Amino acid sequence: MSVLMLTMAVVLCIAMIGGAFVAISGKSLPVAILAAGLVSLVASVLFLILASPDVAMTEAAIGSGLTTFLFFFVLGRVRKGEHDGCGSDHD
Amino acid sequence: MIKRFIALVLLLTVGAIFAVLLLGYEPDAELNATARYYADHTAQDIGSANIVTAIVVTYRGLDTLGEVTVLFLAAAIVGLVLSQGRQPASAATRRNLTPVGELLATGSRFLAPLIMLLGVYIFVNGHLTPGGGFQGGAVIASGMLLLLLADPLKHFSHGLISMLESLSGLLYVAIGLLGLFLAGGFLDNRFLPIGELGSLASAGAIPLIYSLIGLKVGAEFSSMLASLTETEEL
Repeated sequence: MSVLMLTMAVVLCIAMIGGAFVAISGKSLPVAILAAGLVSLVASVLFLILASPDVAMTEAAIGSGLTTFLFFFVLGRVRKGEHDGCGSDHD
Repeated sequence: MIKRFIALVLLLTVGAIFAVLLLGYEPDAELNATARYYADHTAQDIGSANIVTAIVVTYRGLDTLGEVTVLFLAAAIVGLVLSQGRQPASAATRRNLTPVGELLATGSRFLAPLIMLLGVYIFVNGHLTPGGGFQGGAVIASGMLLLLLADPLKHFSHGLISMLESLSGLLYVAIGLLGLFLAGGFLDNRFLPIGELGSLASAGAIPLIYSLIGLKVGAEFSSMLASLTETEEL
């Protein structure tokens, strides 16, 4: 692995840890979901650097695509439920 | 306080384990015996340019069948649980829905066919380039996701999706049995001619099997997404 690749891998690792930290400690749920998606995206780039493009493809499509959608979908559902539960009447 | 202390101790233990692993890590200078066998024999025996595909579809084909079955079970259970409270979207929900922006509507109409085409390309070329049935299926499902985002009330024919899914599953097992009778064993790809290494019609039955897996996985994910968006108020 060349020096350039190594530097890139280290930078990506730091971005991944930062994203994970934001995901668990952030106040806003949408930002946390996006940060979790970012962790998956960076992980897929790391898989590519580690010469496993097959795994990288799966990670990008499922980890950062479908899972992020699923979280947002459930978040919308849960918020709608909260809205109904509070008895607000402008619905 | 004690809880926090235990969490800290656990974290330190896990960190110590990983540190030991990392410090003792040395990259292999050469392939081990199994990897050496695959690297040497795949091209002549299986005829697949992508060794990973040869292992996933042929050498470890039974495991792949198991994985596909697990995914099928997951999709079936999601469909079963969600169909309990399913109600057709009423006219009121239809009116209350926030209109989709012009950008998303036009963009999804333009991009979704291209994304699905990419998915098909990935699984048809599974024996030549990285990727294969699972990756292509997931890409197809993300195309479906884009369509659903642009129009959440769009109705997909569940009958068509489940027929596609079960038909490809059935054909997958049938091809496996053909390999058992006409070639060396279950899911052996060599009952079709192996052909020239690197061309599209090569590696025996691998392109066929991977296309079926791709269709099956794509149909499973799509049906999950469709049932998720179709169930309105539970």
